[in-house]
Formats: sequence, C-alpha cells, structure tokens
Amino acid sequence: MLPDRKGHFGIFGGKFVPETLMGLLRELEDAYEKAKKDKNFQKELSYYLNKYAGRPTPLYFASRLTQKLKGAKIYLKREDLCHTGAHKINNTLGQILLARKMGKKRIIAETGAGQHGVATATAAAMFGLSCDVYMGKEDIHRQELNVLRMRLLGANVIPVNSGSQTLKDAINETIRDWVTNVRTTYYLLGSCVGPHPYPMIVRDFQQVIGKETKRQIIESEGRLPDYLVACVGGGSNSIGLFYPFQKSKVKFIGVEAGGLGVNTEKQSATLIKGKVGVLHGTKSFLIQDADGQVKPTHSVAPGLDYPGVGPEHSYYKVTGRAKYVSVTDRETLEAFSLLSKLEGIIPALESAHAIAYAKKLAPSLSKNKIIIICLSGRGDKDIGIVIEELKKYKGKTR
Amino acid sequence: MNRINAKFKELRQKNKKALIVFITCGDPDLKTTEKLILQMEKQGVDIIELGVPFSDPLADGPTIQEASQRALANKISLRKILAFSKAIRRKTEIPLALMTYYNPVYKFGIKKFTQAAVKSGIDGLIIPDLPPEECKELDLLKDNLDLICFLSPTSSIERMKKIAKVSGGFIYYVSVTGVTGTRKTLSGNLRAHLAQIKKITTTPLAVGFGISTPTQAKEVSKYADGIIVGSAIIDIIKKNLGKKDLVKEVGKFVGNLRQAID
Repeated sequence: MLPDRKGHFGIFGGKFVPETLMGLLRELEDAYEKAKKDKNFQKELSYYLNKYAGRPTPLYFASRLTQKLKGAKIYLKREDLCHTGAHKINNTLGQILLARKMGKKRIIAETGAGQHGVATATAAAMFGLSCDVYMGKEDIHRQELNVLRMRLLGANVIPVNSGSQTLKDAINETIRDWVTNVRTTYYLLGSCVGPHPYPMIVRDFQQVIGKETKRQIIESEGRLPDYLVACVGGGSNSIGLFYPFQKSKVKFIGVEAGGLGVNTEKQSATLIKGKVGVLHGTKSFLIQDADGQVKPTHSVAPGLDYPGVGPEHSYYKVTGRAKYVSVTDRETLEAFSLLSKLEGIIPALESAHAIAYAKKLAPSLSKNKIIIICLSGRGDKDIGIVIEELKKYKGKTR
Repeated sequence: MNRINAKFKELRQKNKKALIVFITCGDPDLKTTEKLILQMEKQGVDIIELGVPFSDPLADGPTIQEASQRALANKISLRKILAFSKAIRRKTEIPLALMTYYNPVYKFGIKKFTQAAVKSGIDGLIIPDLPPEECKELDLLKDNLDLICFLSPTSSIERMKKIAKVSGGFIYYVSVTGVTGTRKTLSGNLRAHLAQIKKITTTPLAVGFGISTPTQAKEVSKYADGIIVGSAIIDIIKKNLGKKDLVKEVGKFVGNLRQAID
C-alpha cells in the first residue's frame, strides 16, 4: 500500500516542510486515519456527496463524438455535473468534515482556475466556517467569474502578487499563512500535491470518481475499459479516476499542458519536461532550471498552469503504470469547440486537454475498444479566455 | 572541530552570547556581500548565515522574498555562492552557515554539494524545508559540516529530543509560528519554551524570526545562547540600495546589537 508510513511513493512524496508544520501534519494524519475507519464519518461524507454534491455523476456514452472520430467507443465521466461544476467538491467536502473533526474554525485554500476556491468557499459557507482563498493576480484576471462566485459565497479572495502570480505563488502564500496561524487554521489543499498526508487524502477523497466509473462501465458494457484518459495539473481528477483501477490492466493516460508547444518555454508538462525536485513540501517531478530554481509555466488552462505534480503520478511515471502525454493550447481549443458542438457539453479548458488527446487516440483504435475520459469540470468559467484565444487563431491557416 | 562549534566554545568560555546575522548572498551583488561580511565581523558578529536565493521561499516573509528576487535578478546560483565562499575564506575565518531551501541542493547533487560546501569553507547548513525525517539522504561528511535543525513553538517534547540529537552546531529556535520578518513584540512563552529545551540538551540554542531591535536582542539573549537577526538587516540594505553608506549603516546596526547583548 502506498504511500508508506512516512508518506513516500517510492522515492517521491514525503514531508518537506518547516518544523512548525510537522506536528500539525502528524495530527492531520491521525485525524484522517481515525475518520477513515469511522463508519459515521463515512456515512456523513456519503450523505453530502449524494444529497449536496449530486453524486453519483453519470457515465455518458458520447455517441456523436465516437461517430465522428471513427474508432474506439468514448465515454465521459461527468464530473462537470457536480455541484460547483467540477470534481473539486469531492475533496473539499471530505476535508471540511475532517477540519470540523479537528476543531478548526478557519479554512484557507489556494486556487488556480478558481474551481477549488469555489468548492472550498461553498463547503465553508454550508458549514459556517470562515474562508480565505489565495489566488494569483494573473488568475484573478483570467477567471473573474469564479472570483465573483467565491465572494458571493462569503469567502475572502486574497490576491497574490509575488512570482508568476499563478497557482504556484498562491500555494506559497497559503503555506505562509498556514505556518503563521497553524493552531487555528485548516489548510484545505485542492490537489494531490503538498506534504504527506495531503496527496493520500486528496486521492482517497477523489477516488469516488474511479469507483463509480468502474461500476457504471460494467453496468453498460459488462467489462472494464481499455483506456482511462484524464488531464494532469497537480493531478487530482486523474488520480481519483485511475486509483481504483490500479490493479487492473486498464491503461492510464495523463494529459499534460503542452502550452505553445512542449519543446518551448511556454508549457507546463511537468512529467514530460521536468526533473525530480522538491517544491511545496513534496518530492516529485518539477519544472526547474539547472540551478534548481522553479521556472515559470504556461497553459491556456489556469488549473494546469503549475510547475509541480502529485508525487503518486511521478511514481506512476517511473514505474510505467501510467503514460503521460501532452497537447497544445491550440489542440485544446479545438477540442473545446468540438465537444461543445457535437455533444452540447462545454468542457473546462483543463478537461478539454483530455478530450484533445482522446481525439488523437480514438481513431487509432478499433471500434470494440473503450476509452473513458474524465470530464473534470464545466467550461462556463473559460468563455472569456476562449473568445480571446480564438481571436488569436482567426485567419491563421493550419 | 569546525568553526561553528569552536565559536560557541569560545563564547561560552568568555560568558558571551552569539550574534548571528542573516544576509542573502548576492543582494544586491556579491561585492557588497563580501564587504558586508567583513564589516559585520569587525562589528562583532560571530556567525554569518548566508542565504541562497530561491524562486519560492515559502518560509520567508516579504523582506527576504524581495532580497531573494534581487539576488536572482543578478543570476546568483548555489555554484556562484560556493565559489564566493571559497574566495572569502582567504580573508576571514568567521563561521559561515548556508541557509538554503532544499531544491537547489537536491538539484546540485547531494553528495557533490556537501563535498563542495566543505571545500568552500562552509561550516553549516540550514534548510528550512528539510525536517530530520527527510534528511537521511543528506551526507554530512561527519564533523566537517553541521546540519543546523529547527525547533518551533509547536514542537512536541518528543520532537525536541529527536531534533536535539540530530542538530549540529546549534539549534535554531523559531520564536514565533510564522515566516521570517521583523515583529514588534515577541512571544510571551519564549522564555518557558527555551527553558524546556535547555533541560533536554546542551547543544547551543539560538533564537531567530522576528528579532529586529537591540532591546529585543538584549531580552532574548538572557535566555538563549545566541540571537539571529535577518529581516531587520535586509531592511537596512534595501533602504540604502545604490548608496555608498550601505555597508557602514549595516555595520552600525550590528554594532548596536553587539553592545545590547554583551
């Protein structure tokens, strides 16, 4: 069972944090282990997942997309239909129940695309807890709708002006707040990154995606799929989908953000272009320069614009359990339009990365193969970005 | 015995407390860093903590974040800092501890780095994001290089015992939960916490985070073996950027700190 007792996935993971946080991480581990075994906790979590977040989400056969691509059958796991519009709520509900068990009254969180921020603000509102969300200034600008949603939900959105003003810097600032207010504050981390036990906790709360998918595909096809495809920024929706299939022969494909091209400086394909390093409390692949300084990343999808990645994905990469690929901003925008027009589903730009790769994969497979794509979020938040981006490509021939 | 241990031994014999000063190496440039070190030594500083700039200094407040940015803008790297240290060793024997986040060290290559550090005259390492649980892979070449570990107000008695065993040179006690930066008041529990640690270990205990005035320095030095001042020095550097009195001003300030704790 991974991680091991010290939070390592092979050489990855661990707890690379200041001493002030070490005691608290231990407390969190203990609280989580207790909650995991506690039937009442699990019952309460299921209640909120089903009655509040709207689970189970459908596994939808995308017949027109399948027809168009003339290859494998494509199913979409509709996490976009969760309350707040993305898979993030699965984790926030779990962790907020944990925070309550630990007696913490104040919640802090980081957010990139704003989806985790909205999910956290939502859960905090429902449980009457105070909530501060750190968000890079650049992301505040490009995901304005989510900023407004968070404020409506009563959260305080704190702009982060340091560094690249994106997700990485928002995490730095959240950790600084946490280390200062550690006695009263719960850090509700949104992806399977950070120090142990976060990568494990987030994975466990997200594996509801994979568990449902497994049951649903057996119901409709009588067998497991051949491929699971999901986008990877920090990697929470993908690990949630993959993990319950770990022991099967199903192939895992994680799709990273190739930005303007995976061989340019404007990308965030951490597992493909990064080297092993330590950031935000964990050892994992990292986009960095020869001196070990973290490099700025780029993606049209703010939720993927991050130089690190969850340690379990690094482990999957080196052991070969999953394959990691990338698609460009442009391929993503094409997939965004394609899914909107063919299936009437506007995907989040993050999730559109998975669609873009499936668009290449499906035609290469025979019609009796099955691909399941995690449609991790809906794209309402991205309309502004997409309109701007499409202007750039207008008139350019391919 | 390395220079840090020798210094604490000497101070104990003289019944004096250690004045430890942090500056970011290469802020605003390496030439100034050299002048600062030599001047501060003259003004009675016992140990220099030389900060390695990092893109994501998550244990640092705005003051040291900015210093890091200024140094990075000058393309200061771990490699350059080691060369700098080697060069300055011809001019001074003041104990030098590198304060660095773990990633630059990991990227350099752990074994290669510790060997290079010793060869460059570095005496100790302070790595805020490397707790003892993760430091086994760090090869410290026995007595030549100390790994100076942290204790904080949230450390349990068990951790105090564990860390006291691992920490070399001295123990870095973080006076408050939080990041680096000057503070108007220090924690009321500081004295009690230090007394608790003193019961567990004889390793010298130095207190940092938040100490910014001679009055605070004097107060803390009553209970600790040393005090660490960083952000307050960086503030003076920032105020005097581009001015010829930069080194003199810093020297004056640390001179006052020295007087206060003696």
